[in-house]
Parts: sequence; C-alpha cells; structure tokens
Amino acid sequence: MRKMIDRRGVLGSAVLAGGAAALTRWTPAWAQTASPGLAAAPALSGDDITLRVAHQLLTVDGRSSHAIGINGTVPAPLIRLREGQRARLHIVNDLDEETSVHWHGLLLPFQMDGVPGISFPGIPARSRFTYEFPVVQSGTYWYHSHSGLQEQLGHYGPIVIDPAGPDAIGYDREHVIVLSDHSPLHPHQIFRKLKLQPGMFNRRRQTLAGLLDGQDQPLNDRLEWGRMRMDPTDIADVTGATYTYLVNGHGPKDNWTALFRPGERVRLRIVNASAMTIFNLRIPGLPLSVVQADGQNVRPVTVDELQITVAETYDLIVTPTEDRAYSLVAESIDRSGMARATLAPRAGMTAEVPPLRRRPLTTMKDMAMDMAGMDHGAMDHGSMRMRDGANAPQVRLGPGVQTIAPMPVDRTGEPGQGLDAVGHRVLTYRDLVALERNPDTRPPERALEIHLTGNMERYMWSFDGVKLNEVKQPIAFRAGERVRVTLVNDTMMSHPIHLHGHFFELVTGHGDHAPRKHTVNVLPGSKVSWDVTATPGDWAFHCHMLYHMHAGMMQVVRVRPTEDAAA
Amino acid sequence: MRLAALLALLLAAPAAAQDHSAHSAPADPHAGHDMSAMEAPAAAEQTDPHAGHGMQAPTGASAPAPAPADDRAADRYWGAAAMARAERAMRREHGGGSWHQLRFDLAEVQLRAGRDGYRWDGEAWIGGDIDRLVLKSEGSGSFGGAVDDAEVHALYGRALDPYWTLQAGIRQDLARGSRATYAAIGVEGMAPYWLQLDAALFLSTNGDLLSRIEGAYDQRITQDLVLQPRMELDLAAQDVPQTAIGAGLSQVELGLRLRYERARAFAPYLGISWDRRLGRTADFARARGDGTGGTALVAGVRAWF
Repeated sequence: MRKMIDRRGVLGSAVLAGGAAALTRWTPAWAQTASPGLAAAPALSGDDITLRVAHQLLTVDGRSSHAIGINGTVPAPLIRLREGQRARLHIVNDLDEETSVHWHGLLLPFQMDGVPGISFPGIPARSRFTYEFPVVQSGTYWYHSHSGLQEQLGHYGPIVIDPAGPDAIGYDREHVIVLSDHSPLHPHQIFRKLKLQPGMFNRRRQTLAGLLDGQDQPLNDRLEWGRMRMDPTDIADVTGATYTYLVNGHGPKDNWTALFRPGERVRLRIVNASAMTIFNLRIPGLPLSVVQADGQNVRPVTVDELQITVAETYDLIVTPTEDRAYSLVAESIDRSGMARATLAPRAGMTAEVPPLRRRPLTTMKDMAMDMAGMDHGAMDHGSMRMRDGANAPQVRLGPGVQTIAPMPVDRTGEPGQGLDAVGHRVLTYRDLVALERNPDTRPPERALEIHLTGNMERYMWSFDGVKLNEVKQPIAFRAGERVRVTLVNDTMMSHPIHLHGHFFELVTGHGDHAPRKHTVNVLPGSKVSWDVTATPGDWAFHCHMLYHMHAGMMQVVRVRPTEDAAA
Repeated sequence: MRLAALLALLLAAPAAAQDHSAHSAPADPHAGHDMSAMEAPAAAEQTDPHAGHGMQAPTGASAPAPAPADDRAADRYWGAAAMARAERAMRREHGGGSWHQLRFDLAEVQLRAGRDGYRWDGEAWIGGDIDRLVLKSEGSGSFGGAVDDAEVHALYGRALDPYWTLQAGIRQDLARGSRATYAAIGVEGMAPYWLQLDAALFLSTNGDLLSRIEGAYDQRITQDLVLQPRMELDLAAQDVPQTAIGAGLSQVELGLRLRYERARAFAPYLGISWDRRLGRTADFARARGDGTGGTALVAGVRAWF
C-alpha cells in the first residue's frame, strides 16, 4: 500500500515534466494552483544551480503588485539537494541594489552563510556571486534575502534536502507549503508607519462599544492595563489590515490546491517564510502527524493544530482516506486573516473554510506577572515591578526598554498565544522529541542569558536593551564549547529567535533526544533555554520578525578557537 | 506661590522619567553576559520537570565567558576593506535608522458667534530613536482679520525613557498678539492611562516666565471613531502687559473632538472647543476691546505625512 518513492526516478521525471508544467507565470511549477505534488513538478537540483534575482509583478487574488522574485517566481524556486553532494549556487543579481541569499537552517562554512556585513560583503547590484558548500544534512529548509527588507517583497523560497540513505519518513506523495505575508505597501513604508504610529495596523483594539457589549476585558482590567500603558490587543505589529496571507504565493481566493489519492500518506513540508506573521495551522478533519521540525526528524506526534512561528519549518504526514476536499487554514496569530489552501483528490474541489476565530488578548502571564502556579517563596526573589533593573542587571535600561519581565517562566509546554483553549490537541515544544540521539550530549560548560527587549511605543527592539547599531561587542563563544543559552522575553510579543549556522537543543526535558532547532519562538513573558555547540566563524543571531530585526534586534555571535580567545 | 507649584509640576515629570534611566548603561554592555557570578546548582538533571516553574542552571555551567574577538572572520575571505564597509552598512541598517514626520493634531475652522476663525497645532520632526529636531507651531486667527496668535518652536528632543522626551530650544511668537522670543524647555510623552501630555516652560528675553500644559486622551468608541477630550492651560509667573498676559492661570482651552480614523494618517473630525481668558489676562483683553473667550464648533482634520 505504502511505497517508498525512488527519489532519483522522481527527479528524472520531474525534469522531463518541467517544461510542460511551468506554465503559470508568477509561481513556480511546484506551486501551481493545483499541484499533484513535488514528484511531478520541477525543482532546481544538481551540482550547479542558477538563481536570478529581479523585480517582477506578483498577482494575488487577482491584484497585481510589485515584488522581488527569483527566476521570475514568488516564492522562489524549490531547490532540491541531496545530502553528501557539493552545492554550487550561482546568484545573478538583476536588481539595482545589493542582494544576498541566506540558506536558512543549513550548516555550512560561515563565509557562505549569506549575511552582508557578517559572513560576506553582499552581492552588489548587477553582479554575480557563487555560493559553494558541502550539503551535510537533510530535511526541509528555506532561503531568503538578508539585504534590506527584500524578504518581505518575495525573495524567499523552499529547500528540500533528501537524505543520503533511505528517508526515515515514509510517504507516498509530498507537497511543499510555503506560508508568507504580502502587502501592497512597500516594506519601507510599513516600517516607517510602525515607527510613526506603532499601532498603525491594529484594527482590533478594545473599544467603548465593546465594553458596553460585554466584550474583551472588563472595565477594571482595562483601567489596570491602561495604568501600565499596555495594550492587550497588541498581538501582531503588522496585520491583515495590510497583509494578504499566502500559500505558495496564492491568496485565499486563489485557493492553491494540493492533490492526493485517498489512502495515501501525504507529506506536507510547511515553511513559514513570513516577514512578520506567526500562523496557527490546521486542516479540519485531518489529524496532523508531526514528523520533522526545522529539518530535523522527530518522533511522530499527532496533533490537530500547531503554531508555526516565523522561519520555522514543520513536516507533517496526513492520511486523508475519504474522497473529499479538506481546507488547510493558517490563521495569523492575531486572527486578522488567514492563508488558505485545499487538499483535494481532484482540481477544482473546495471544502468549507472555517471562519476566523476570535482574536486572543494578551494576559498577565504574557507580562510575566502571573502569580498563579508560582513557587512558594518565588515572590521573595526580585520585585514584581514592571521595569525593575534589578530583575535583569545586564539590560541597559534606556528608552528602548519598556518592561523587564519580573517573573519569566518556561512556557515551552504551552501551545502558543491564543491556543490554550481551542478544544483540540495543539503542538507544544515539549511534544517534540528528536528521532535520533543528539550528536553532542555533553552538558554545557557555560551559561549565558540574553534578554529580548523592546518598546512598542517607540517601536524599538533589541537584545539586552542595546540595538545592533549601538552594540560595542559581539557575543563571544569558544569553538566547540557547549553553552546553555537562556532567552528571556521581557516584551509582550512572541519573538522567533534564530541563530545562524547552528542547531541548538531545546531544554525541554528530553535528555539526549532534545529537539534540535534553528529558530525558537519565545512566548511573551517567558524564557527558553537551549544548549548549543559553537561552530567557528561569525554568525548572525536575531529575531526573525523582519521589522524587529530591522529595528535593531540582532547581534553577531563570534566563535573563535580557544587559543585565539585567550590571546 | 503659583509659580513654585508650576515649577514643581514641570520638573516632576522629567525627574520621574530620569529616575528610570538612572539605572542605565554599565560601561561594558556585555558585562552581563558573563555569567560567572550565576549560581550553578549541583543537580544533575538538566531540565526542570515542573513546567512553568522556571529552569535551573546546568551542572557546572560556570566557565567564564571568553574575551570577545575583535577581528572579523570574513576578512580573510573577502578582504578587510570590503567587510568593513559592509559591516558599517549592516549595523546602520539594524537600528540606526532616521525618520521624519509632519503632523497636524489640530487643523480646523472654528465657527463661533460673530467671528469665525481657524486654529492649528502641529509639528514636524526629523531624527532617530533618541535624538530629534522638532519644529512645533500653533496659532489661531479670524477670517478676514490678522492672525491673532502664532508660535513657532525650534526644539532639540531627547528620549529620556520609554515614554518621555525632553525638549529644549527656542520659541518665537510671530503674530499681532506677541512677537516675543523665549527659551523653551519641556517634556512630552505618555502618562499612565494613556494620557498624552506636553508641559513646557518659556522664559522670554525680557525675563518673563510662562508655562503651558497640554493634555489629551483618545477614547476609542469603535475601531474608526475616536473621541478626544483635550485641555490646554496657559500660566504666567507675572503680568506681561505688552502681550496682555496676567499672572497666574491666564487662559484655559477645553475641547471635545470626535474623529473618524478609517485612515490612520488622515482623520477628519468635528467637535466643540471652549476657551476663556482668566483673571488679569481677561482684564487686559477687555481693556483692549478683545473678547475673553467663548465656545466654537470646530471641524478639521488630524493628519500626518
């Protein structure tokens, strides 16, 4: 019944089918409106791959706007590599500005990592650059620009790396599902608006009409939050007020459709390539078996919904047995819109699309001030004031730091903002257990705490209260050392934190089978710890909310051999 | 006495603001990264089994942090000059931006018995997160007559804390009522309960001390309708006969404006505004044959560009 696909055969037929399949103008063949799956769609593969970065139009739900794409498509083409090969990726920059390509989640020499100013000088306008590196891993990844705000304009695409040996995950058919957010506004305009009026895109505020109607917070809570100058509706900075949420470059009305035959095991390779949007993803009627996170295989765990933060990937197995269509919906975290696709046995079918659920409100727990469930005596440590430097001595308490979490807690056992009472199974980080034993199981020699800081009123974001443009010293690691990094989120928003060039093991109680990730979502008012083995080089370390990074929430991690560090 | 109270009020706000920033800036911003002082419990278990109860430090994880390297690793692949240029650009791009805005909080016609007029209150600024150059202007006049009051302030603004900005510079009066020049200092920001406040002291070249306190609050009725009560108080430490200002609370302006904010940056409004000259200021006005205040229906737009 279930057959392992011969990947070589698939790739061969893909190349043959490519010419006929690539008819849709703006989207690559694997992302055509009704896709039979990757086996029938061409991917860029082989030892030499050419990517041409250029301006183009993107049509979403019938409306065209400006975009930056690769080889004429948004999302960019699927790159399919094989573990053990040597990849040579030739970038042709047809823009009149610098560009770059960062290979998100790939372990490679730092000078091939693609961050201008850290790993290389960037790819100047109207020039070429060749990346070359050995492919030492397998799984689902993605690539995107690390120059300016090009990523928001469409400069992102998926990477699938097939394992050298047999795939631990069995499946009959596979689809890539790239989630993203698209606005007709230029990203510089979006950022400027956020700077001038940070609540610009929040059209779900609490109102007097709502109060009289008994909605949202009661009056006492509103007064209390007002006293603290905190807006509990501030869930997402950029929302459906300007964004259309895309699946493979298609708007909800375009209804991108993934085909299947009833009874097949269908592998969905989900990539959140959004600039700013955390999604809650579900397929009503189909349980989701999570088999991979951030390209790393995990013990299958079955859920009905999962929150996927910016830059994460999840591979899911679904097994639709009925001859009917299913809706795949990915609500933005603030429920201001959704990306929508259809899984169907035949093109043209649709299923009911569930309405957007009510938007969540930020809670005292998101402010790290929830007293319930605290250790006895916890109250004695530090103060419960909202901005007490004593609770974070390393943070520079300037205008860019609105709050310091007084009592941050580990929330890796929680499903994410707004998903604690949805009435079905929702994935948490604690559900993730690595399939294979971790490659480095040494205990950490050193601990490092980094605070995620910000001020929504001035739209300033930073690590430890210091924006990258003000940073005097990078974060220093010794090559090969094992470090436990604890991220403390002092803000009231989730931050997807990404360390380039490394996988880190989340400290969630799974010992030598800790889940390995390249990006971790740190819930508001919470802390997350991970252990990492430092790889030599200079690496970018940042919040993957594009405008948070642009505002300064970024650092450089410098990893040097011990003798150099001592010198 | 009034002046003392006024000064106390004005100075309290920045003092309170600076109180927070007083904690700031260790000499080495990464001193905090050195966790050598962090206690490392001896428990071998790496994780806290009690979800939500916080995490323990790992066993023996007390090694000192390495000294940060000051070389760019990429220099030896791509050249130091190219990397230095790229790094400067990269740092500037991540947090070093600068912006500008032209904003009118009030730009309205005022319909009142006998003399319809107009009123504006706005500012333009340019700068980054901390330091800004601010030009403010406000004034009023009657249709068919001269401009009654017009002020331009040129200020340097510096962010003091998350909510408050110190502004200092000069104020120039330009209209019939006054052509005085002042040194200006004030604070602007957001008080608890989302109160927008702007309080300033003005010392004229003649040594006269004035003050102004403005406050506003946005009450969102629906997502698009905002009711804004607004208050402006003018105070003086002494009589200033040349500009017809009397000591004490010289003028009060209260407004209530309902704006339609479908577009955030261009919101038309309707409202009512009441103003009144008080005490000696009212006496001066009467002596000059001017009115002492009244009520106006207002229609205008709050906009920024």
